[in-house]
Amino acid sequence: MTKREVTSKDSRTGSNPGAELVVSGEAPSELLRELVAHLRQNRTQLREEWVVRISETRLLTAMTKEEIFAEATSVYDSYVEALETEAFEALQAYARNLSERIIPRGVETHEVVGIVLLLRDVLARSLFAKYQTDFKKLNRILDAYEPAANRIANTVAVGFVQERERVIRQQQEAIRELSTPVLQVRERLLILPIIGVIDPQRARQLTEQLLRGIRTNRAKVVVIDITGVAAMDVTVANHLVQTVEASRLLGATVIVTGLSPEIAQTLVTIGVDLGKMNTVGDLQGGIEQAERLLGYKVVTLAEPRQS
Amino acid sequence: MRAGEIRVAINSDQDIVTARQKGRALAIELGFSTGDATLIATSISELARNIVSYARKGEIILKAVQGSSRLGISIVASDRGPGIWDIRQAMKDGFSTSGSLGLGLPGVRRLMDEFEIDSEPGRGTIVTVKKWKQ
Amino acid sequence: MEVPILKQGEVLIATFQAALSDADLEHLRRGLVQQVVKFRSRGVIVDVTAMDVMDSFASRTLREIAHMIRLRGAETVIVGIQPEVAFAMVQLGLTLEGVATALDLEEGLAYLIQKFKNID
Repeated sequence: MTKREVTSKDSRTGSNPGAELVVSGEAPSELLRELVAHLRQNRTQLREEWVVRISETRLLTAMTKEEIFAEATSVYDSYVEALETEAFEALQAYARNLSERIIPRGVETHEVVGIVLLLRDVLARSLFAKYQTDFKKLNRILDAYEPAANRIANTVAVGFVQERERVIRQQQEAIRELSTPVLQVRERLLILPIIGVIDPQRARQLTEQLLRGIRTNRAKVVVIDITGVAAMDVTVANHLVQTVEASRLLGATVIVTGLSPEIAQTLVTIGVDLGKMNTVGDLQGGIEQAERLLGYKVVTLAEPRQS
Repeated sequence: MRAGEIRVAINSDQDIVTARQKGRALAIELGFSTGDATLIATSISELARNIVSYARKGEIILKAVQGSSRLGISIVASDRGPGIWDIRQAMKDGFSTSGSLGLGLPGVRRLMDEFEIDSEPGRGTIVTVKKWKQ
Repeated sequence: MEVPILKQGEVLIATFQAALSDADLEHLRRGLVQQVVKFRSRGVIVDVTAMDVMDSFASRTLREIAHMIRLRGAETVIVGIQPEVAFAMVQLGLTLEGVATALDLEEGLAYLIQKFKNID
């Protein structure tokens, strides 16, 4: 038996608002065990009630009844297990796992939070019903249940959001990759046309892609065309210089084409010796220069005769 | 998630290798890409090297850290060496871009996401860097 | 740690391993120069494919190797730098300036053969 200091919440019994030393029958962990046992015993009924509430509130409309039921079973069991073991890391891992399955189905954050809160309430009401005759005990049970249940709701929500963010990042990554192709135009020659706005992250990704491409394609010359680049700040200019240097470490020569006077100025500002950097006016000229470096003969076709 | 930290005593140049190998292993375990793991291992190598070169001995502490919604790695390089007289000078880029002079600290700062240095002449130096998983 | 040095005609090929300590690198530097003198090699290929980290000391050592070998009339090429390692190196400002680099062993040999032709 443990001694606990308890402030009675029950105003109906007319007790003093002051602290009252009460010898309680059970320790908090014992209470948790008791309510977990109750939730397990009434599993079928409570789970059914929960599923009904879910469809009533029109959550998870993207999933079929069968799918909801299947997921509900494992969520219910995980919920109760988390109450019992307080293993919230395991719960978060479970939540991420579950999210991985349901996010592609179009399930949104508010739906996931919603159904977990519904479960919390369904279970809470069942506890009310069970202990309604013993108000003091109900209070103690709720004292044990509420913080744990809220922590579960929080953990699941966080797990879901983390998974969602991971998916979004992945998609962004894929989009970036698609929009910055490293093209193999000839043997040993790569072209990297850069278009639009480059932020430091994209610049870094471009560099990594290019370096991998140099190794895969065994490129000896790379033409980086920046004609389509809107503006370049010092950070990105530095990235360009680093890309040129890193390419050289892999044995590839870089020709930069499409250098506008503004960008040339930025490069000079950061201390780049443009005389050392291989630059050519336009992409076509750059490719020809590259071919010369590779030992291809550049032949100008004769104009067709006009008769 | 891992509790605890990995401590590597730095007394010799062989320990530099040990520290960076453990750093790379931890980074991979935490789910960093191989590219990031290389950046992390390289930073550890530079920081450990500073300890050997300037303080002769010290320690590298590696551990996982949890941000608001992401995982990261923290590296603390500490020693009771002579300390850095002029931190601003040491952090100036020109001081180390040759690769063979200076402490390589601006470079490490470029490689990592967070960088903090605490140094007092006569007391020692503590460099704390962090990298977050993308 | 022993680093294997192979002789292929007038070229020496040294293959660096992953976990070379500073002392190993120093040892290697001396050994390579000795071998160049002994065999009167014209070229040296240093293969760093297995090196997963290239820090300031390794970078400086490679440059010193190239310098000392050039003093003995031979040419050095560094091959096999991994993309991720190259990226980390340039961020640290280690560019191996003044040292020839090539993608791999094959490219390195091609480079040296071309170089010998130009000299002859």
